[in-house]
Amino acid sequence: MSLITKTAAELRDLIGRGEVSAAETVRAHLDRIHATDARVHAFLRTTDETALAHAADVDRRIAAGEPVGQLAGVPLALKDILCTKGVETTCASRILECYRPPYDATVVSKLREADAIVVGKTNLDEFAMGSSTENSAFGPTRNPWDLGRVPGGSSGGSAAAVASYGAPLAIGTDTGGSIRQPAALCGLVGMKPTYGLVSRFGLVAFASSLDQVGPIARSVGDAALLFEAIAGHDPIDSTSIPVEAPDVRTSLEQGVEGLRVGLVREFTSGEGLEDGVATRVNEAIGRLGKLGADIVEVSLPHAPYAVNAYYLIAPSECSSNLSRYDGVRYGLRRPGETAEEMMARTRGEGFGPEVKRRVMVGTYALSAGYYDAYYAQAQRVRTLIIRDFDAAYQQCDVLVSPTSPTTAFALGEKVADPLAMYLNDVFTIPSNLAGAPALSLPVGLDDAGLPVGLQIMAPVLGEAVLFRVARAVEAETAFDPVPRGPVAVEVPR
Amino acid sequence: MSLSTEQVRHVARLARLALEDEEVEALRSQLSDILAYAEKVGEVAASDVPPTGHAYPLRNVWRSDEPRPSLPAELAISTAPEAEDGRFQVPRIVGAES
Repeated sequence: MSLITKTAAELRDLIGRGEVSAAETVRAHLDRIHATDARVHAFLRTTDETALAHAADVDRRIAAGEPVGQLAGVPLALKDILCTKGVETTCASRILECYRPPYDATVVSKLREADAIVVGKTNLDEFAMGSSTENSAFGPTRNPWDLGRVPGGSSGGSAAAVASYGAPLAIGTDTGGSIRQPAALCGLVGMKPTYGLVSRFGLVAFASSLDQVGPIARSVGDAALLFEAIAGHDPIDSTSIPVEAPDVRTSLEQGVEGLRVGLVREFTSGEGLEDGVATRVNEAIGRLGKLGADIVEVSLPHAPYAVNAYYLIAPSECSSNLSRYDGVRYGLRRPGETAEEMMARTRGEGFGPEVKRRVMVGTYALSAGYYDAYYAQAQRVRTLIIRDFDAAYQQCDVLVSPTSPTTAFALGEKVADPLAMYLNDVFTIPSNLAGAPALSLPVGLDDAGLPVGLQIMAPVLGEAVLFRVARAVEAETAFDPVPRGPVAVEVPR
Repeated sequence: MSLSTEQVRHVARLARLALEDEEVEALRSQLSDILAYAEKVGEVAASDVPPTGHAYPLRNVWRSDEPRPSLPAELAISTAPEAEDGRFQVPRIVGAES
């Protein structure tokens, strides 16, 4: 029996019934990672020792009839931007290369309570700034479907870990599409929850009004399972919403009959949208119609300004958040005669090009005389986009669009052109600005054999309908998540 | 939108970023492009549209004012690149040239 091709739900049940041990499950996945990751580079480090110790403890408790968590023994890959007590948390940055946090993120504590087993920490664009994972200070991650292509980003390591069968589940973070876009490019399900539904305590901050933690998996059901394990109010995150996390699994199989699905006019064409992506997405929407959903066309008239607003809001918040890397409290320090010189040298050496670019844009946008024209104006556009969504949801229950305008692109193809890279997020950014949940799921391959993602968007706290529609599309699509093609990572069946 | 080399150096100083000359030149052109693109936000949203800072409206999140355990000082300082006597160590600030 191949343990690495099982779903998280299957593994949990097998382990819970004592048919398979957590230890052998974790060992099978670690072996898999050690066999493939020299080529994929999904992981910055694996945590073999603590993973096997945790698995042994789960096995002991199951044998003794003691309680275990709802993900007991299931291997999980964790994006290296969530603090893990005593385990390096680098954000793929030189400035935090040796940083070992003295505490766990709330999400990490919840995963431990659920008895998910963290097998390693995954690569990302430095501080989650990027769409290809090429901005990692420790080298890029490669797409398991084609090792010459990027996995997307910034959660490219988490996506590649799941797509290469190193773990059935991974945690990513999504500020402008960083879960959904890599999920789309790697043939996976990735979901960004409602802002505030998953704690940000211990998540290293990039753009605080947009950052959100969410699940990556090979199926909608597994993503729902992981979402339920991490969602919920956290009193030590003051932006956490004080509500019960939505139950998404009860209604998962209820289908889409009678639901109104909005096709976003502004996202159906346009510069940069590949034909192969448009074709697969239109077919998926056609299947939703066949399943009994009402397809209506809606407009988000200000969505074309979302990327412009995002590239003011995110850099502004990043320039403020990243001021904490000053060579004093943690991380890298380079000597200087004065405190200012020490800080400037530390930051000049510690940050990579994209982080410097965004810190500079944000510092400029927030500097005296420019605040109103840039940051405040971008926040007004944010209001208009939220109003657009509100109006659209008067006419429909969910919205659909492509997740990304393209399939996986070649390594190096867009690194020299920051603006071209930013346009990867044109369809995903509006949901971050609105604080609303959205999900990407695979709906087929383009002519080059690369995965295409469909994005489903729902209103704030509309997770139940979001997962329900995704499950209906998945059941009708029967996408095989095993990478294939001449330069894919081989997966033993 | 075109930034001068002096403007880029000024912003780098505000951001406490020591940059090489080539970096300044590259950033001058990239920042000019990015800001020209971002500036399009001025085409919509008149000043009577209220800005949104947070998508989910939460106000005045309180907790009861009760003592509770916090991170021990020695643990908090354990990550510092330089420390002495339980304190973060920094280069001299008072009396230093700036």
